[in-house]
Amino acid sequence: MTKLKVEKLCVSYGAINAVRDVDFQVEEGEIVALIGANGAGKTSILRTISGLEKAKSGSIIFEGKEIVRQKAHITAANGIAHVPEGRRIFTTLSVLDNLMLAAHQRKDAKAVKEDLENVYNVFPRLKERHAQPGGTLSGGEQQMLAVGRALMTTSPLVLLDEPSMGLAPLVVEEIFAVIRRINEQGRTVLLVEQNAQMALSTANRAYVLETGMVTKSGDAKELLKDPSIREAYLGC
Amino acid sequence: MVKVIQLLIYGLQVGSIYALLATGYTLIYGIIKMINLAHADFMMLGAFVSLFLYTGLAGSGSPMWLIILIVLLTMGIVGMLGVLVERIAYKPLRQRPALSSLVAAVGVSMFIQNFLRCIPAVGPSPRAYPAMFTSANITIGGVSISGIQIIVILVSVVLMILMQLLVTKTTIGKQMVATSCDKDASALMGINVNKVISITFCIGSALAAICGILYSSVYPSIHVYMAATIGNKAFISAVLGGIGNTKGAVLGGLLLGIIEVFLQSFNSSVSYGVSFVILIVILLYKPAGLLGTVEMEKV
Repeated sequence: MTKLKVEKLCVSYGAINAVRDVDFQVEEGEIVALIGANGAGKTSILRTISGLEKAKSGSIIFEGKEIVRQKAHITAANGIAHVPEGRRIFTTLSVLDNLMLAAHQRKDAKAVKEDLENVYNVFPRLKERHAQPGGTLSGGEQQMLAVGRALMTTSPLVLLDEPSMGLAPLVVEEIFAVIRRINEQGRTVLLVEQNAQMALSTANRAYVLETGMVTKSGDAKELLKDPSIREAYLGC
Repeated sequence: MVKVIQLLIYGLQVGSIYALLATGYTLIYGIIKMINLAHADFMMLGAFVSLFLYTGLAGSGSPMWLIILIVLLTMGIVGMLGVLVERIAYKPLRQRPALSSLVAAVGVSMFIQNFLRCIPAVGPSPRAYPAMFTSANITIGGVSISGIQIIVILVSVVLMILMQLLVTKTTIGKQMVATSCDKDASALMGINVNKVISITFCIGSALAAICGILYSSVYPSIHVYMAATIGNKAFISAVLGGIGNTKGAVLGGLLLGIIEVFLQSFNSSVSYGVSFVILIVILLYKPAGLLGTVEMEKV
């Protein structure tokens, strides 16, 4: 089943066309990666899916429903969890409050508690620091908190924007292990990364973006072997 | 000693009015990073709305429940006016440079004052404000406290405690903190940012309204420009305590009120200038205000 289908999506900021006629789709249970250099339009695509940016034209179908131009808080409530670029945690709120805010619309208190236990299980460090303000966490811990917030929702689709950005290699490994785990727990993942090596070795399929357009797509393992990709994004 | 306690009580009364108004400034600044220069005018609106409600529904010797009803109604009406002003004047400018909404706020302030001025029922000249609260003076060991002073201090203390509980304990309070921290991220958590901003304006304006009622009960002459001076002082209180921080607004307000009253007892004309001197000195040493924190971004 197709979880997310993006068709002819165009996004522009004033005169600049950041995303031009982008088509791609994500099947249920997949990890799909969008890779590309800085400014290729990856973040704009995610922000438009979750409703933070307005599409100029095109369509975004989530679970069979058109969601293009839907308000961000409604999209979030309807099943898309977006872990934004730069973590964007609430620095003055405690770790626990950050996590609970992500679940504030859920009525099933018992399941929320179980999910909180699950997050603490996946990231024991968040449990240790649950009373600390989010702003006092290290970069890696903030990323864990950002991913943890997505885990506090029941969203079947998780969008991850540059989860490896600015993190030490060991922490990156840890975060990607969690991404695979999230996927195994039944969530579909759409991943945006500049770290093409990590992204391609984690994803099932991938799309390569250049200046707002999809230039290549296919099986992630195949793309990892593709000489032009290796040269452009993997530096070898 | 008696004089010191007497002044302290007077200072608390003045300070708690500053604190209530400062809380509104700080809440609104916190949530949309905008100085709502029209905020004090909602205090004036509160005074007039309650005056009309009182004349229409009650009169001298009305029962306490009716007065409380009038206070609540006034808070509700002025709160809704606050929401309306945000929707019409500030929301369209939210993505624009900060200066635009600041200018819009000046415009809103002028509009409210002058629009009311041309309504015949309000008019340009001062009007007498009724004594809604029956006030019996109490004297304890030479210190005399008027009933209205007790009401002002008590109501303010209760409201300030309620505000603290609201911000730190309730879901809407946490949504307000989250929205003030990061609007995009809040929307991604399913928070309706526009609704949270409206609620904040509603609460802030309602606080200003009750402030207007209390203030006018102490100084029972009201006119459309009444909010200018007290608005400035409340704003100073908010900056003094650390703008964006509700505890800071309370601390700043009480501190400014008490200091002012003590200075007034020496020389009645220095107090206004002194508020600015205090502001400058504190900001020299603590640029973010007493309880404010300088925000740092983690990369």
